[in-house]
Amino acid sequence: MTSPLSLYDEPGPRTRRRILIWSIVSAVVILGLIALALVQFASKGQLDSDRWLPFLDIAIWEYLGVGLLGTLQAAALTAVFGFVLGLLLALGRLSRVRWISWICTAYIEIARTVPVLLLIYLMLFGLPQLGLNFPVLWKLVIPLTIANAAAFAEIIRAGVLALPRGQTEAGLSLGMTRWQVDRKVVLPQALRFVAPSLVVQLVSLLKDTSLGYIVAFTELLYRGQVLSSFNGLLIQTFVVVTVIFLALNGGLSGLAARLQKRPGRRSLATPAEVAPAGLTTPNAPVDR
Amino acid sequence: MDFFASSAGPIAQALGTTILLAVSAGVGSIVLGTLVTAARISPVPVLRWAAFAYVQFFVNVPLLVLLVLAVFALPDAGFLLPLTPTAIIVLTLYEAAYVAEAVRSGVNTVSRGEIEASRALGFSLGQTLRVLVIPQSLRAAIQPIGNVMIALTMNTALAAAVGVVELTSAANKLNLVEAQPILIFTAAGLIYMVLALAIGLTAGRLEKKLRIRR
Repeated sequence: MTSPLSLYDEPGPRTRRRILIWSIVSAVVILGLIALALVQFASKGQLDSDRWLPFLDIAIWEYLGVGLLGTLQAAALTAVFGFVLGLLLALGRLSRVRWISWICTAYIEIARTVPVLLLIYLMLFGLPQLGLNFPVLWKLVIPLTIANAAAFAEIIRAGVLALPRGQTEAGLSLGMTRWQVDRKVVLPQALRFVAPSLVVQLVSLLKDTSLGYIVAFTELLYRGQVLSSFNGLLIQTFVVVTVIFLALNGGLSGLAARLQKRPGRRSLATPAEVAPAGLTTPNAPVDR
Repeated sequence: MDFFASSAGPIAQALGTTILLAVSAGVGSIVLGTLVTAARISPVPVLRWAAFAYVQFFVNVPLLVLLVLAVFALPDAGFLLPLTPTAIIVLTLYEAAYVAEAVRSGVNTVSRGEIEASRALGFSLGQTLRVLVIPQSLRAAIQPIGNVMIALTMNTALAAAVGVVELTSAANKLNLVEAQPILIFTAAGLIYMVLALAIGLTAGRLEKKLRIRR
């Protein structure tokens, strides 16, 4: 039974028959919709083999592959900078020094409520007028880092808050300094606890790199755009781009799910009780 | 200073578009997302698989890819709608996956005993879902749904990238004329923050009012 609740009994013969009927009905409806869409595509010649066969050509894949590398490069840079900044912000927000905690909280709240695209436009059209012109990769990575750091910070903070207080107290009673406690006791456990959420955040971050399309950074979507204006195969090219993103992020999502189910994963405090807004289940994808 | 006066009109109009996108896609995604969750927990395997595939697809594909696909590519196959409705549909489909996950997290809070009670009373599964599980799940998921709505409001900015004149794109256009980047983008950012704050406060109030005390 996949449902976490016992919403229904083990079905008897009558229910089994009804489930079967509903299965068939819904399958017919879903397949019917797909068929209708395909008929529509076919009627416009979009399913003709000469519109798909070019994708057997290795050159196209090499061309898109460069974009994929750009996507991964931007994602990796954003992940590293975003994580480090997020870690500092999380510790800052939890700090007992008022003004540090206040500044970090303000940063996180602001960065969470401003569209990344606005930051990108600022980098792209605003700052050059002030003489600040970054290479195109950084016009993408800096706004993404600003935004993702806030998300990382909230995830890490949720992990720290989920840790029993006794862990910190025990460390302090052993004569460790607060910094030592954080570094050697709290963070290693907290990070392990939120590992699935961190991976889910990677998915969101990887999706964000598609904004490189706007700054003309050579990533997957941008390359797809250039390719499609060259070969005129709009639908086919973007379907291929979609499938690549799906495979890449599907893999990451699968990894997150596996981490979540990892045996011996202790449940700390119930996440719902302590998690800040947006993190009700540690593994639920949180769009930002 | 008088550029404030001259730019107020276009900005207000663009803000209206942003709000239109956010409200219609917000309502749409809550309805659709709830239906997807219902399918996800139904005893019909086909519906469960379809709902799972739906969520996986939209959670893993970038919104901008979907927007570009819908706006620039699908017209080639004869799927042609005006720009704003297209953006609303894509946003709705995309955010519904996140709403579905939020509601599903709410489903986990419904107590086993109540479900068993409703079954013992002879409620059908449809009745149990309609009167017991879904209302409770929605009430328990107000905060996460509020967060999805805030994300949705920020995601409306992506519509600018495919040509919808909403707040972000209006700010950008204004900047190209006025060359006051810091001022204009900060102002636009503040408007987004006010919108997010309004949604957050509404969600908080709703939650206080509707929270189920256990």
